[in-house]
Amino acid sequence: MNATILTVDDSRTMRDMLRMALTDAGFRVIQAEDGLHGLDVLRQEMPEVIITDINMPRMDGFGFIEAVRQDAKYRAVPILVLTTESDEEKKLRARRAGATGWIVKPFDPVKLVSAIRRVAA
Amino acid sequence: MDPMAEIRLTFFQECEEQLTALENGLLGMQEGSADSELVNAVFRAVHSIKGGAGAFKLNTLVSFAHVFETALDKVRSGSIVPDADAMKLFLRAADALSDLVSASRDGAVLDTAPYAAIEEEFDALLGGAGGAAEDDDFQSLDFQPVTTAFSGEDAAPEAPTAPARNSFLIRFRPLRELFAKANDPLALFRELTRLGRLQAQCDIKNLPFLDTMEPEDSYLSWELRLESDCDIAAVKEVFDFVDGDCDLSIEVGLPAQPAVMVAAPEASGPPPRIVQDGQADVAVPPPSVAPLPAPAEAEAAAQPKASARTAVQPTIRVDLDRVDRLINLVGELVINQAMLTQRVLHSSHVRDREVTSSLEELERLTREIQESVMAIRAQPVRPLFQRMSRIVREVADATGKDVRLRTEGEATEVDKTVVELLADPLTHMIRNAVDHGLETPEQRIAAGKAPEGTVRLAAAHRSGRVIIEVSDDGAGINRPRVLQKAIANGLVPPDSQLNDSEIDNLLFLPGFSTAQSISNISGRGVGMDVVKRSIQALGGRISIASSPGQGSTFTLSLPLTLAVLDGIVVTVDEQTFVIPLTAIVETVKHEQSRIHHVGEHSFVLRVRDVLVPLIDVGAELGVRPPANQVRSGVAILIETANGSRSALLVDNIQDQRQVVIKSLETNYKRVDGIAAATILGDGRVAMILDVDALVGLRHHDWSSTEIPFAKAS
Amino acid sequence: MIEKSPHDLAREAEFVAFRAGGLEFCINIMSVREIRGWTPATAIPRAPSYIRGVINLRGVVLPIVDLGVRLGLPGTEPTARHVIIVAQVGERAAGLLVDSVSDILSVEDTSIQATPDVASNLARTFVRGVIAMDGRMISVITLDNVLPAMELEAA
Repeated sequence: MNATILTVDDSRTMRDMLRMALTDAGFRVIQAEDGLHGLDVLRQEMPEVIITDINMPRMDGFGFIEAVRQDAKYRAVPILVLTTESDEEKKLRARRAGATGWIVKPFDPVKLVSAIRRVAA
Repeated sequence: MDPMAEIRLTFFQECEEQLTALENGLLGMQEGSADSELVNAVFRAVHSIKGGAGAFKLNTLVSFAHVFETALDKVRSGSIVPDADAMKLFLRAADALSDLVSASRDGAVLDTAPYAAIEEEFDALLGGAGGAAEDDDFQSLDFQPVTTAFSGEDAAPEAPTAPARNSFLIRFRPLRELFAKANDPLALFRELTRLGRLQAQCDIKNLPFLDTMEPEDSYLSWELRLESDCDIAAVKEVFDFVDGDCDLSIEVGLPAQPAVMVAAPEASGPPPRIVQDGQADVAVPPPSVAPLPAPAEAEAAAQPKASARTAVQPTIRVDLDRVDRLINLVGELVINQAMLTQRVLHSSHVRDREVTSSLEELERLTREIQESVMAIRAQPVRPLFQRMSRIVREVADATGKDVRLRTEGEATEVDKTVVELLADPLTHMIRNAVDHGLETPEQRIAAGKAPEGTVRLAAAHRSGRVIIEVSDDGAGINRPRVLQKAIANGLVPPDSQLNDSEIDNLLFLPGFSTAQSISNISGRGVGMDVVKRSIQALGGRISIASSPGQGSTFTLSLPLTLAVLDGIVVTVDEQTFVIPLTAIVETVKHEQSRIHHVGEHSFVLRVRDVLVPLIDVGAELGVRPPANQVRSGVAILIETANGSRSALLVDNIQDQRQVVIKSLETNYKRVDGIAAATILGDGRVAMILDVDALVGLRHHDWSSTEIPFAKAS
Repeated sequence: MIEKSPHDLAREAEFVAFRAGGLEFCINIMSVREIRGWTPATAIPRAPSYIRGVINLRGVVLPIVDLGVRLGLPGTEPTARHVIIVAQVGERAAGLLVDSVSDILSVEDTSIQATPDVASNLARTFVRGVIAMDGRMISVITLDNVLPAMELEAA
């Protein structure tokens, strides 16, 4: 069975690109368009990995990660954040919120997959 | 379509949405809104565009967006509080970004000077901190999706038969934070096995007894030996994510001794069992131990679940072609239903009550389907109004005026095509309003007005039509000058006595250029006559009202949908025509006593106490020659866009009907006096009259009509 | 279907031959959308004499051009026996009113001869060349100017 990945990003373009790269790599993809929506989706389905953007309306990446980590059910789900290369501060903040790892935007599909492998057993 | 091409389309569509949100947000900020969410939204809009642009290697767009984003970030964080000038800079940057997006989409060659200029202004704003893009961010990444089979069974790479070049000794002790972030040593080890041959040994000496064990703490450490062709950087990379959450040391050493080989850990296989009593595998954080406090989601999410769900209206995207096809089919349905009704009702045999009521029900249903389908194409005028916002800024800048655009009724819905076709006329009117309608700040102050002028754009539904008003609080129409100009251009005789409204309407005459000097702004002196024709082509009307010193208002009245019209079907000399209901005031009993001869072929009709021109439709359209005597028939009192009234003389009125509008221009051309065509119940084409034009034609000299119309069979 | 060599296909075209105003003409089949019988047309106010009006073609308003009149020949009062060739004229579609349709010709480009000098000016506007075939003289028509020009908006 294919592993399921939840992608959370308010940009349709980014969601499409992630979906393309991930399905090409053999994953099944479910999507949400911001943190709140992501929590909704999580209530219905548990993915193997979550990939989330940081800047989103309603609930941003940090809020989302914190909310996810607060629920014991999801504590073990690896969360990768999409960040821009130069933003160390965001990366740190994401990690403090509980992010498992990160993917740099614009993302390289090969690196995307290797990042996923590093966090999903 | 190639998937990347499709995503590229999506990206540019999304850019449009982001640019709109950006402009709206900036305008809101300019109005003084202190909503921090607005600033965030503005930042996100630019950030989003930058993100997508990077993936498509649109480097110019990326670097400009980056500078813009950096400045917005500073506003977001509070380190800059933008003043009025800064807001203007942001708005200009937004306009420039929009141009840049378009150019990137179309692959156009771009003049980079304006962008460099704006970037410099940003630099100055940021105190020379410079928002220059960092090259690292924007490596040209070749976005070729890589097919990697990632199924559960991950075959361990074959150990190289030749002795591996490097041997690494890795000491790894995860801290509890590592697990708290859902990192998994198993995943890391498996990644290591992809680099070479791995032996792992687990040290359990720190493991306490179960009763003192903290489920979320970490007690294990590993010593790993890796034989690999890779260098140390590759090994370190595996541990990138857990850096700081573990004790890690990597030594490069001699090729490992052939010690105890531990098979590469499989996805499902646990590391060597430590505790015998069937306890949960502590290498993996036990997710199910000890009920934890109920999720604080309700707090984190500032809204209750229910509202989060209802907040977003479900929508679907549909190809416009499909909608149009559906609309055409519905149009056919309407015609066929009309044909059926007519044939059945006129068949003398069928007077069956049930049949009649069924037909009525059919008509009602058809109408409802039609309205629902038409509504699909209805769109709010908002995007159209928002485009005007930029036009106002540009013209104001270019003419040195201080202008503010106020909009009302942006949610008013109009047929999609109407929205598109309104763009040009509206643009022209807005430009005129700023360029000619409004005075300069100095003039305004001298007149006791605020230096900032206002242009108001409003839309509303009224009695089955869409009413759009374009008004300004400027100087109003300079009537003496307009009259003079019209006389000078030979549009009216020199001794004309015209009332205010008539003078205002001179603006709509072809050949009247309202500009003293044809400024670049208003185009090549296009003229309000073209605007009027565009509006009429849409089935609309335009009228004007003006007060000297106070301003002018143009009022557009447009049909709600393009494709249907309520009309009165009339006959003239056995030809059938349709008169739009909206133009009709009433039908007038046509008695000889009410008609007065005022010229060779000119008549007026007395309606109550008012005299109105009587227009012989048949003669106007060339169906029959103009008469010297009053013809019999029916007079229909109509009102034109500027409010003046006339009466149309026809032979008979058949009935009132809703008709589907068909274009005459598509395959033929525009005909003066004819708005469009329709297909009647019997399948024949009938012309829909353009009442305003018909009244306008009245002023033509009879001798200039073309060859007498030959009857078609 | 007989296999033609690419060489042949490139230089051969098919034409629909018809009679109008007593003479024979043909147009490239690529322009022809369909052929149908005559239906009464609705008059267009103040239209030129060669425009017979418009008809309803499956919901589309189609202008009817009396091709004979357009070519400067005597017009005819159309009857049910007349034929309308629905043709694509640039971006527009129009119905060409003709007396009858004869056949479909396969003609090589080289078979088309230049229009004879004696032809009227009007004919020259529309006639691209002449085909001599089996004792017939068939004028090849181009439809470019057959409809009245669209008004140029004072842009």
